[in-house]
Amino acid sequence: MKKNHKIGKIIGTVCIWGIVILCIIPIVWMISASFKREADVFAVPFRLIPDYLNLDNFKEVWFGKYNYALMFLNSIKVTALSVVFAVVTSILAGYGFSKLKFPGRDKIFLLYLATMMIPPQLLMVPKFLMFKEMGIYNTHWALILPAAFSIYGVFMVRQYMLQIPEELSEAARIDGAGDLRICFQIIAPLCKPALVTLVILFFTWSWNDYDNALIFINDKNLYTINLGLVNFMDETGLKYSLIMAASVISILPIFIIFLVAQKYFIGGLTAGSVKG
Amino acid sequence: MNKRKYKNIKSIAKGYAFIGINLIGVLIFWTIPLIFSFVISISKWDYSKGIKGIAFKGFSNYIEMWKDEWFRASLINNIIFTVSFVAILIVLSFIVAYVLNEHVIGKKFVQLGLYVPYIVNIVAISAVWLALFSTNGPILNLLRKLGVENPPVFISDLHWALPTIVLICVWQNLGYTVILFLSGMINIPRDLYEAVAIDGANTFQKIRYVTIPMLSGTTFFIVITSIINSFKVFGLINLMTHGGPGTSTTMLVYNIYRTAFQYGKLEFASAQGIVLLAIIFFITWIQFRIQKKNEATC
Repeated sequence: MKKNHKIGKIIGTVCIWGIVILCIIPIVWMISASFKREADVFAVPFRLIPDYLNLDNFKEVWFGKYNYALMFLNSIKVTALSVVFAVVTSILAGYGFSKLKFPGRDKIFLLYLATMMIPPQLLMVPKFLMFKEMGIYNTHWALILPAAFSIYGVFMVRQYMLQIPEELSEAARIDGAGDLRICFQIIAPLCKPALVTLVILFFTWSWNDYDNALIFINDKNLYTINLGLVNFMDETGLKYSLIMAASVISILPIFIIFLVAQKYFIGGLTAGSVKG
Repeated sequence: MNKRKYKNIKSIAKGYAFIGINLIGVLIFWTIPLIFSFVISISKWDYSKGIKGIAFKGFSNYIEMWKDEWFRASLINNIIFTVSFVAILIVLSFIVAYVLNEHVIGKKFVQLGLYVPYIVNIVAISAVWLALFSTNGPILNLLRKLGVENPPVFISDLHWALPTIVLICVWQNLGYTVILFLSGMINIPRDLYEAVAIDGANTFQKIRYVTIPMLSGTTFFIVITSIINSFKVFGLINLMTHGGPGTSTTMLVYNIYRTAFQYGKLEFASAQGIVLLAIIFFITWIQFRIQKKNEATC
């Protein structure tokens, strides 16, 4: 029986590791190709680490004529502003929905829950027309503003704040603190795990956003990293070594955050679902 | 009395001040576009006159759009895609999660590795798969080496394109789904397994009589969200196949994009969007119904 279990464990481990390796091969191949000369990319037999290892691809992508660095910076700007706005408005509204009592509150929250179901792509056409009227079409605001008001963020902050005992706010109120102060100096710091998760989620959504950028951004100087990568693929044709280097640059920020904060990362992306 | 009324108004004002900014944003970027979308779908629009060019037409857009071969194809493709994607994803991730939960060395690392494809942006994903599937690429080379004389060109083959898209989507979502299953499995009490082990149950009986029933809630949730997500596939199609070859990989959202932004038929695109919304509402409604029923029987 014991021996059986051990064999099972070994077989299980081997199978699972096989699947994991299959899963990460494309990414490993991408990274490997980004360091190769174009002629070596498809060379047989495959070499993980090429004989002629070099950083030329990265230099050409970053400093070359493609403006890739500018698009990277555009993405940093859009993502940073989106995250900051979204976190602040989520805290404010989350506090309003959980700690304050006023008529209509629960009805509005129900509206929020219903809105969460709407597939964002359904709104491509009307938003495109509205943004043109509002004058934010083809500006970074077309990406930042919709991201700044997150329904999911409000939902998550509210759920977290509901668990914080009312006595804390009461005590602060007796000491003469106003609600804004209670919200940001007492309650919000206690929500740190939820907020860290939100920051990571918002960052990932904004950085990886392709759909919105495709529709709302037209000017090449305003391209975000994803559009930049598409543009790069179009302009370089089939130079896979350069395309892979550009791809590696585009996933780098997310990977760094993933490695630093994997606990929050995995917890955050599964948080909404485990409760469901 | 007056004082109380004043206090009441003050609390209303305070409440709306806190939720106000977010509420206005949600109204502008979600609620109003949704209503607008519906309005466009039932109107005839002379674009040259701007917003004033909208005239009521009725529901005929909803009938006319069926004449479009691309729309019919995307609906059918999307259903085929949904069924195969969800089935493969659920079965595969359940097995991986089960084995991972029972006996695997280096569990933490395995989770991280499986998760990696899920966080890579869709453009980089498309770029790497296009390279891997290219005519001189490693996958076709490998197949030729294994003795396949004329390997299919996957992404540009009429019959292979859709299955290839399904596999890429499964690959991308596997890690996420495995982690969802794992978090459910961890909560199954160990003594349940021990109890059936005493009764002489083998591994398959354990899975059949303990794991699957205990995970019905989690599985149900994963199935529903996967179905909903499978109706939102867009980036991969637009970047890798443009719905082709022919109409073999066009899907609902891609077709909305194509109809609106490449052919400028905003009314039809909006009507198709409303159909998509109806599908998602219907699935969510089923979810609510079944959940309610389950709660009643428990």
